[in-house]
Amino acid sequence: MSGAVATAGVLAPVRRHASLHRQRVWALWGSYAALAVFVIMFLVPPFYMVMTSLKSSAEISAQAGDPWIVHHPTLQNFVDLFMMPNFRRFFLNSAMITAVTVSVSMVISVLAAFGLARMGFKGSQTLATGVFLTYLIPNSLLFIPLFQIIGALGLINNVWALALIYPTLAVPFCTWIMIGYFSSIPRELDEAALIDGAGYLQMLLRIFIPVALPGIIAATIFAFTVSWGEFLYPMAYLYSSDQMVLTVGIISDLIRGDVFEWGRIMAGCVLAAAPPIVIYAFLMDYYIAGLTAGATKG
Amino acid sequence: MADASTLAVSFMPTRRVARHGSMHRLMRHRSTVALLMCSPLFVLIGGLVVYPAIYAIYLSMLNKGMTQFVGLHNFAFLLKRDTFRLVIFQSCLFAVSAVVMKAFIGFVLAHLMHNIPSGRQRIWRGLLLVPWVIPLALSTLGWWWLFDPSYSAFNYVLNVFGFPTVAWLGEAWPARLCMITVNVWFGTPFFMIMYLAALKSVPEQLYEAAAIDGAGALQKLFFVTLPMMRNIISITVLFSLIVTFANFDIVRILTNGGPESKTHVFATYAFQVGIQSGNIPLGASVSLFMFPLLAVFAFFVLRNVTRRTKEIAA
Repeated sequence: MSGAVATAGVLAPVRRHASLHRQRVWALWGSYAALAVFVIMFLVPPFYMVMTSLKSSAEISAQAGDPWIVHHPTLQNFVDLFMMPNFRRFFLNSAMITAVTVSVSMVISVLAAFGLARMGFKGSQTLATGVFLTYLIPNSLLFIPLFQIIGALGLINNVWALALIYPTLAVPFCTWIMIGYFSSIPRELDEAALIDGAGYLQMLLRIFIPVALPGIIAATIFAFTVSWGEFLYPMAYLYSSDQMVLTVGIISDLIRGDVFEWGRIMAGCVLAAAPPIVIYAFLMDYYIAGLTAGATKG
Repeated sequence: MADASTLAVSFMPTRRVARHGSMHRLMRHRSTVALLMCSPLFVLIGGLVVYPAIYAIYLSMLNKGMTQFVGLHNFAFLLKRDTFRLVIFQSCLFAVSAVVMKAFIGFVLAHLMHNIPSGRQRIWRGLLLVPWVIPLALSTLGWWWLFDPSYSAFNYVLNVFGFPTVAWLGEAWPARLCMITVNVWFGTPFFMIMYLAALKSVPEQLYEAAAIDGAGALQKLFFVTLPMMRNIISITVLFSLIVTFANFDIVRILTNGGPESKTHVFATYAFQVGIQSGNIPLGASVSLFMFPLLAVFAFFVLRNVTRRTKEIAA
């Protein structure tokens, strides 16, 4: 940006200022242009998904004209989906499992983070690192032994199996985020609370949770994202329509053999992607702060 | 996490023990409460992560009917098969090339974002984060439709410009490139926000000092920005390597391993062998092949993480 600064230094201050200014303007507009190119590239698939969801089956299969724009927009696909009892079931199952997962994960990880970050017992630091390590064990390593375990519990093809497993995806990282937030709270606060006669649980509820609220929001969004979008576990453990969640239900129910109802599939994807997009639109700043808080300190 | 200060706290009461026996009791009470608070976590992680991981090792040493202990036979059997060697190659190619591209594009994007005034960054960041916000399984469906053999919208564009139609997912190499593209599309925003946060944390004085010393833009990049971001770059890359390496959604939806099992990665191959063909022990061995590589990555991540926690404490 300012390779010329040193040489310009010997010239008259006015000219130096002008050239710097011109360079800045160029860099700014160049950045905008490059960003615009990236934004367009990034938004191609979502754009095309929305376009397809607005097309009728006839228009999709006609193959006439430009596939990138919709000639006769219709909401028929969305109406069809709402009329499908299966699709409503998928949505309900996803919402149910996500609600349970998020609440269970948050209770577990807030309690554990408080214990690990603040109560300082022997080996708590090692344990905290160990918890983070488990986050690095991917689900594609665990799904086969878990298949046996779920089978032994009699939960194969039962949507509640997901409520049991999903917290393992969210808890390690949520705990990690919460440990970071809790340990940034000044110790004087808990000493004051203890002197005032507060118990540990009161301390957590009255001081730590309100003060670390941004962290709690970030961790909640993380848990929500993970359980709303998870694909491998439901793919492996569920096979009948009434037990499925959105991610696998759309694929298994709208693709029958060689018949792809693309309009409906894309409408389903748009509907299923809407809750996360809405949440991010409002709470993105908290989430990003939570994700990057730890990273920038290191 | 603050080890220095936890030490301080735990020392104080022990010094006071002689005077106040109750403080000591409180301390004991305190750690009991702490353990109680952590116990749900331990039950969950122990029962559904650590135990299955160990159980996987046991499973991988059984025969197909799970009636007999066969030692390392499954692993040897897999290594002899060409399909599986291709899986190893494909997984490494997928993870390494996708992560390198994500890191590079993310770095460029972070710099571009850093150039524009911070008031405007929010909307641009929001637009660029869209790929990362849509659940991967759903957006991959959208990509699949874009690559569709007969209705491909990409082919339409190619035809308009006079290029021939491409069978995107019908041949091994185009299919591999498609998978990498989808992964790069999905993962780049994450790199961007991490790098942008890191860029913002580099003190402006360093750049001023470099400018006074006559450093050009490239020199600033190599001697100020990159060293300051070294930690976050390495941890993001390692972290993403693990996630990309273990990816299931993209390959499963785009090709399901085809054509002719040429594009399987560990996760999808383990799924096919273990769940679909019902050979649980062989499937467990396939996914366990990921373990050595993951362990190496995890070792380096851990080194970074512990260093970080020490710096926070200091």
